Amino acid sequence: MARSVKNQQKMVNTVIAWTIGLLIFFPVLWTVLTSFKTEGQAINDPPLFLFFDWTLENYAIVQERSDYMKFLWNSIFIAGGSTLLGILIAVPAAWSMAFVPTKRTKDILLWMLSTKMLPAVGVLYPIYIGCIKLGLLDSRLALVIILMLINLPIIVWMLYTYFREIPRDILEASRMDGASLWKEIIYVLTPMAIPGIASTILLNLILAWNESFWTLNLTAAKAGTLTAFIASYSSPEGLFFAKLSAASTMAIAPILILGWFSQKQLVRGLTFGAVK
Amino acid sequence: MMAPAVILLLGWMLAPLTTTLYFSFKKYLPLRGGDLGWVGFDNYVRFVTSSSFWPSVYTTLIIVGFVLAITVIFGVLLALLLDQPMWGQGIVRILVIAPFFVMPTVSGLVWKNMFMDPINGILAHLWRFFGLQPLEWLSQFSMGSIILIVSWQWLPFATLILLTAIQSLDREQLEAAEMDGANNTKRFGYIILPHLSRAITIVILIQTIFLLSIFAEIFVTTAGAFGTKTLTYLIFQRVLESQNIGLGSAGGVYAIILANIVAIFLMRIVGKSLDAKES
Repeated sequence: MARSVKNQQKMVNTVIAWTIGLLIFFPVLWTVLTSFKTEGQAINDPPLFLFFDWTLENYAIVQERSDYMKFLWNSIFIAGGSTLLGILIAVPAAWSMAFVPTKRTKDILLWMLSTKMLPAVGVLYPIYIGCIKLGLLDSRLALVIILMLINLPIIVWMLYTYFREIPRDILEASRMDGASLWKEIIYVLTPMAIPGIASTILLNLILAWNESFWTLNLTAAKAGTLTAFIASYSSPEGLFFAKLSAASTMAIAPILILGWFSQKQLVRGLTFGAVK
Repeated sequence: MMAPAVILLLGWMLAPLTTTLYFSFKKYLPLRGGDLGWVGFDNYVRFVTSSSFWPSVYTTLIIVGFVLAITVIFGVLLALLLDQPMWGQGIVRILVIAPFFVMPTVSGLVWKNMFMDPINGILAHLWRFFGLQPLEWLSQFSMGSIILIVSWQWLPFATLILLTAIQSLDREQLEAAEMDGANNTKRFGYIILPHLSRAITIVILIQTIFLLSIFAEIFVTTAGAFGTKTLTYLIFQRVLESQNIGLGSAGGVYAIILANIVAIFLMRIVGKSLDAKES
């Protein structure tokens, strides 16, 4: 009896949760489906769900018209470059804060966090004019540096919370066994830190990929990322839903897949370790 | 070893900030005469007395307020639901989280065209199916539409964090309460909600920081028309569209002050969680 009640409850939960889940997911699903339709089918009333003539022509048109590969490469270069640069700078900092904390460590961490709160629009002009003066407007290098800087606090924080969880006893034990500092770092610490560093990279890639204030304002034809590529579809032009969908699908697919692997890290990273 | 990170961030913060402050006291129109000298607090006064200032503050607060309310309330409900036993929990979780990974320009355009288009959008189809006149979402219900789009993007964030918090709740405590005869409502009100209060506060503060500066969603949908011009958008227009740098910079300083008021509260909570870990 109790078992069947339990199962019934589970069934009800399942139905409700799946309904809500699909409803929330629907815009993404719909975009992907529409990308395989012809423009005529895309606006058909009633809407067509699965029974239409699947086609890949939108993808071909989008690639041909706006050179998707160039924007994709810019996105990869900028997101990847800013993340790697950020990690290189943040690892030593987080390392020393976690293992040799001083009285000021907490203040420095909090201060770093506070730089993240600076609203981008407040410093739009100085950065904009700075890029022009240095000849870096619409260049990938400028975006790599700026995105690295805006995400650096999150990287430091995330790494710090991961490093703090490495038990110090192990370090002491290896020291007792006569390991030198370098051996200690390479053979003891690094293997334990790799999962944390990997998660940090993952989250940061997602944040950099989707960043849209600076990419929209500082790039154009040359260094434009996928964010800018999509924004070029904002002025309507005849029938374009299927093409818009194909472009959108290509822009979000890589990160959607990465994102699904990083749910847990997302919580830790975005709450600065306050919720785990 | 901290030095590179600290120096970079210090430079990143100070250089633009001082430049913004510098320009905010100048009449500076790059396309119409260039640097026209110092004007004291003139820009600050003009920015607040311009007819678009208060509407933009109002718009900002409405968007932030409604999105917070929607994401927190539905986030708690959804987190409670996802915590229940069910089949395919992992998949549902993935479905719910997806919108967070969609870049803002994509979600703005997909909603604007494929859902809210008054002729060919899904919502128009739906309205016609029920024999109703389709709505002009982004012009008639511009604020509601923006709030809907932004809430859709941020609901996953709230849900994910609240779900993580719920899962850290001590199950024995709930079972004990159940044995003592506490019903669902009581268990929620006296155990779950107090346990979630910290996570909710964090969700509110972090979202506020991000929501105060939403940009792309408005940029690709209404471009600030139909009463959707937020403070961020207004400053963007002053700086890059009308190239009134002095005025825009003064606006920027206001935005920084506004964000810092929220930031102080967030920092206090995060600071406490740092202390907690040390003890």
